Amino acid sequence: MKGLRNYLNRIKPNFMPGGKYSKLQSVFEGFESFLFTPNTTSASGVSIHDSNDTKRTMTVVIVSLIPCLLFGIYNIGYQHYLAIGNASAGFWEMFLYGFVALLPTIVVSYAVGLGIEFIGAQIRHHEIQEGFLVTGLLIPLICPINTPLWMIAVATAFAVIFAKEIFGGTGMNIFNVALITRAFLFFAYPAKMSGDAAFVATEPILGLGQGKVVDAFSGATPLGQIATATTADPQITNIVGDPVSTLDAFIGLIPGSVGETSTLCILIGALVLLFTGTASWKIMLSVFAGGLFMGFIAHTFPSATYPASSLSPIDQICLGGFAFAAVFMATDPVTGARTETGKYIYGFLIGVLAILIRVYNSGYPEGAMLAVLLMNAFAPLIDYFVVQSNIKRRLKRAKTNN
Amino acid sequence: MAEIKIKKGINLNLKGAITDTAITNTSCKNFAITPDDFTGVVPRLDVKEGDKVDAGSTIYHDKSHPEVKVTSPIAGNVKAIVRGERRKIEAIIIEADGSDRARTFDVKSAARDTLLESGLWCAMRQRPYDIVPDPNVKPRDIFITAFDSAPLAPDFALLLKDKEKYLQKGIEVLATLTDGDVYLGCRPEWIPEVKGCIVNTFAGPHPAGNAGVQIANAKPVNKGETVWTLDAVTAARIGELFSTGKVPFDTIVAITGESVRNPHYTRCTMGCSIASLTGNEIGNPDNCRIVSGNLLTGSHVAADGYLRFPYRQLSAITEVRNPADFLGWASLSPKRFSIYHSFTRWLLGRGKPATPDAKINGGERAIIMSGEYDRMLPMDILGEYLIKAIIAFDIDKMEQLGIYEIAPEDFALCEFADTSKLPLQKIIREGLDKLYKEMN
Repeated sequence: MKGLRNYLNRIKPNFMPGGKYSKLQSVFEGFESFLFTPNTTSASGVSIHDSNDTKRTMTVVIVSLIPCLLFGIYNIGYQHYLAIGNASAGFWEMFLYGFVALLPTIVVSYAVGLGIEFIGAQIRHHEIQEGFLVTGLLIPLICPINTPLWMIAVATAFAVIFAKEIFGGTGMNIFNVALITRAFLFFAYPAKMSGDAAFVATEPILGLGQGKVVDAFSGATPLGQIATATTADPQITNIVGDPVSTLDAFIGLIPGSVGETSTLCILIGALVLLFTGTASWKIMLSVFAGGLFMGFIAHTFPSATYPASSLSPIDQICLGGFAFAAVFMATDPVTGARTETGKYIYGFLIGVLAILIRVYNSGYPEGAMLAVLLMNAFAPLIDYFVVQSNIKRRLKRAKTNN
Repeated sequence: MAEIKIKKGINLNLKGAITDTAITNTSCKNFAITPDDFTGVVPRLDVKEGDKVDAGSTIYHDKSHPEVKVTSPIAGNVKAIVRGERRKIEAIIIEADGSDRARTFDVKSAARDTLLESGLWCAMRQRPYDIVPDPNVKPRDIFITAFDSAPLAPDFALLLKDKEKYLQKGIEVLATLTDGDVYLGCRPEWIPEVKGCIVNTFAGPHPAGNAGVQIANAKPVNKGETVWTLDAVTAARIGELFSTGKVPFDTIVAITGESVRNPHYTRCTMGCSIASLTGNEIGNPDNCRIVSGNLLTGSHVAADGYLRFPYRQLSAITEVRNPADFLGWASLSPKRFSIYHSFTRWLLGRGKPATPDAKINGGERAIIMSGEYDRMLPMDILGEYLIKAIIAFDIDKMEQLGIYEIAPEDFALCEFADTSKLPLQKIIREGLDKLYKEMN
């Protein structure tokens, strides 16, 4: 690695102010600090620093997303081959199909987002920050597989510029950038984002997965089916009409946004996040508690007007994007509540609202995204009250002493 | 007596701890007083280069409170007055002449005046602002810390060996300076046998030994109140002054850290040269960071520099261990020092001492992770909100969130653990200085 280090040292002057490529200074420094931990030592203050930095933190989140990513890729292929009536296709065949189907989305998401971050950093002469490394992977995982690439590009650009850069970049945003991307797509192109055609890739890609969709095919997600159900206790089926059990939903071989279907893989990711202390267990736990609580209330008073109320609380958290939102979206420290007490309130309300929207608003078969975004807006208010209670405690102490 | 358990914070297990409690002797020719050590005192010199001084002679006094004096630790001649930018006095260097001339102080007069005259006043601090106490303000209480929980810190039981009678005397003297109480914060394992003060024991990890933490858990400082803080070694010095009439300028220093061949204790005089303390004990002199104090709060000193206040520890570690650290953020090596589980260090268990270098290990970022400061700060203070208020210099918010209760050292552990790599101690020091100017 000495050679690479020396090479970087040699070309570095070109990228410094006055050099040939000084317009690329931030990009160069971004890559340099990516390749080699900077040798900066502290001039004042503590002489030792923990090795943990934002690069590592973001890396841990990406690692925690890998189970969902891999399962999502397989599930794209599985749903496809199921749709063309070839459910006996091999594992690698399905995986390869899913990989080829998802890769362009990942590439577009990263290219657009990082491109904007690089330009933003250079304009402000900042270091390139790591926030988008996670966002760039979250976006493909929370979008339906059939989202056109140009939509991903437009939505990512919108979210990065208007939800993040104008607030000051990584760590300054109010709303979760990946969810803004999703919400932008959802409201700008609703026809492409919901319904039967969005969640299952039915076309062959690069010659892979040739075949004709079977007659019984319906690409509706379980929550989509329930939202449009007319009976009080609708039966959820998979895309070829077979019933879906809670276990199927937990394992995740059901149609849905790429990374959100497998509650099992999400829980593996949650373990990584919790063990490393990267995400707050307080938020995660209280989102699930809120979801189960509201799911229980809805289930206790089922109503034919609101068919989703027939789902058991366990089904509620296994279906749709609830678990993914609880583990990966609600726990975003930048947009969530930052006080320890606030985290319980914030998480619980996300859980309650997600199920509330899901069950009692027939316009939105899934409420997790909106619940997190809504609570993003309220997180500062929750924190405000927690901070005020600290302040009041201090004032009271001063009064009793004097 | 209250037994207080501190739960937040962490003990950093670093290589270079002292195992042999024998105390060597260090002799030295040049000594220095560093005015930066005495925050809040604006120096006005009373000596010039070439002047002859005794141990205890006034070297400079404070601009606004002339009775606050800093005194020479040794008899000799003023060799140099080192000035930096804008003629700021960086150090006053005194060359010892080998004699033991020492000033005798009048211990019959008011304790306050003797303390001010002797220079020991400047070894105390006051909250708010963490500065040398304002002589015109009577403190609500006085807090003495009788242990140091910082990494590799010296054992107070050893520093105070055979000095308990002086500690007792010091407590008696200090008690006359406040209408409130004198508090002594101890480890449950070592409680000096003294009377006339409230003894609290603090179990738990660093920063349990910090005065700020002990105050917050015993009787917090409110707006408008002033308390004094000092360590038990200083209290014993005060006692010795009032017993013998002379200031004991000798001190025991722990020479610690991974770069030191044989970590040990040595007896020397305050402000002695770093070279005399390290000798040829440093294994890697070209790539070594020497810190006067502990690695969290100490001052970075040059190899030809001088020992800084509080004159009881020297730490030496490698500056940069691996200059070409390829993909360091992806490292799976358990050798990489981290208190977080995102690195693999935890596999080695707590028992294995770490050897961190002085690298910051990352770039400065906005505060992204939440709750990191809270885990390291055993006080009823919302660290992140306070830091943000200080950065924005919102005085109302700073007061409401408890700026008067803290000192930079209370946030040292937060600064170590911060993934955003913010210079928290610097932010707080500058915030306190600015606030002081604003309020006075």
